Amino acid sequence: MDMNAIEIEGISKSYGSVQALRDISLQVRCGEIFGLIGPDGAGKTTLFRIMTTLMLPDAGRGRVSGLDIVEDFALIRRTIGYMPGRFSLYQDLTVRENLEYFATLFGTTVRDNYENIKEIYSQIEPFGDRRAGKLSGGMKQKLALCCALVHRPSVLFLDEPTTGVDAVSRKDFWNMLARIKASGVTIFVSTPYMDEAALCDRLALIRDGVIIGAGTPREIVSGFPFRLLSVKGDRMYRLLKVLRDTDGVISCFSFGDSHHLTYDPAKTDREKILGILTEAGFGGCIVKEIEPGIEDCFMWLSKR
Amino acid sequence: MGRNTVEIAHLTKKFGDFTAVDNISFNVRDGEIFGFLGANGAGKTTAMRILCGLSRPTSGEGTVAGYDINTGQEKIKRHIGYMCQKFSLYPDLTVRENIRLFGGIYGLRDKEIRRKTDVMLDMLGMQTERDRLAGALPLGWKQKLAFSIAMIHDPGIIFLDEPTGGVDPETRRTFWEMIYDAAEKGTTVFVTTHYMDEAEYCDRVSVMVDGRIAALDTPDSLKAEYGAENMDEVFRIIVGRRPGL
Repeated sequence: MDMNAIEIEGISKSYGSVQALRDISLQVRCGEIFGLIGPDGAGKTTLFRIMTTLMLPDAGRGRVSGLDIVEDFALIRRTIGYMPGRFSLYQDLTVRENLEYFATLFGTTVRDNYENIKEIYSQIEPFGDRRAGKLSGGMKQKLALCCALVHRPSVLFLDEPTTGVDAVSRKDFWNMLARIKASGVTIFVSTPYMDEAALCDRLALIRDGVIIGAGTPREIVSGFPFRLLSVKGDRMYRLLKVLRDTDGVISCFSFGDSHHLTYDPAKTDREKILGILTEAGFGGCIVKEIEPGIEDCFMWLSKR
Repeated sequence: MGRNTVEIAHLTKKFGDFTAVDNISFNVRDGEIFGFLGANGAGKTTAMRILCGLSRPTSGEGTVAGYDINTGQEKIKRHIGYMCQKFSLYPDLTVRENIRLFGGIYGLRDKEIRRKTDVMLDMLGMQTERDRLAGALPLGWKQKLAFSIAMIHDPGIIFLDEPTGGVDPETRRTFWEMIYDAAEKGTTVFVTTHYMDEAEYCDRVSVMVDGRIAALDTPDSLKAEYGAENMDEVFRIIVGRRPGL
């Protein structure tokens, strides 16, 4: 059966004169990891608050697990797990106390659901008597995830769980998500990190309250309308400036150890660009035709 | 030529019986972009607070911008720039008021502040925005303004603490172009980031693990040393070795 875990249609929300969300529609299928990807201030948290029934939309409708986000708010709250962006546990309760507290709130016990959280909880269990406020960032994140999972939610909402988290811990976290997904939970997760997009089954790119692209990572990448070159060489910043001034170059941005460049094939090509660079004193550059990534797509879609 | 803006030897900081920074030594050269990387909780913030004159080391010595980290903290504060993504501007002051406030804090004279305000607004193309509240500016402009204000007193070195966290891809790149421009004019840049593509933009990079500097070199040398494709891999190899959580 093809039921959607989340369906929202035409959601808008303003704060005074600031429009935080404009006409947002999306569907999340049961059992998938759906990513909401965009920078700070794009409206991600507002959308989370509306979907988790903590805020009413100005317009639009939505359902989570088949329940209406306005009419059935009390039922939705029992069936979802929510990990807000800010660490939201009680800092002066211990690890164990926090977990027991959240289990009790949902009318259950840690013991009844131990299997559900065991894999993550076992990593912080040795620190069960430590106050939550004294945990390291990685451990806080694991505890928050356990608290959001302790009542066996069918949909898990994670608002920027990896913001400010180092690259290694981010990888660990996504491995945990893959295992939670395998247990049948639908995951709706937001992130400002474009490199996490590839780990989602499907995703929506959001900017200034508008969804600028949606689909599987592959679908989004295949919609990129340009050929893309990667350029590597010495004196990268100078190289960037020269490339931007080159005839036929549409855009050029740095991407780690190389520059990504889109061009108009009617005006230039790889060989011409290589020639211009050699002439300008940038000998030995490596220019390669490459596939775009989500970040390339996001930058292009932002400009449209 | 060949001088160091930061020279640190055997720096240690303990909180009770916990050693946050464990005997680290390193130099940052004049005019270089130095990336200060590490896992969460590795001691980056603690070390950076000492370098900025906000905290005293338990032991060890060193200088920042020529002033002693043990005895010259007030001087250090006056001669460095500092910016982080979370807080850098007062949102309910206008653009001009923010410039004036920070100019005043750094002890510039009124006349100097007026002159600098004009130069800065021209350079940023923000003359027409000068009486807007800083909080109402688009993020990209806020970033540029915050960076320029952090440099209002012409510091020799600027400390940037995760300046691009959560910022959209294009603004992040524009911001790095400002960093390059500042470095080309001779300002030393000390920057932390969780974006490993940004580690590639640094002249040299250090990676902190459990209070120590586990690696320090140019991105190219680190990639060669660890047989890695990119800095993300280098980081994962170095940091992934740490025991426990």
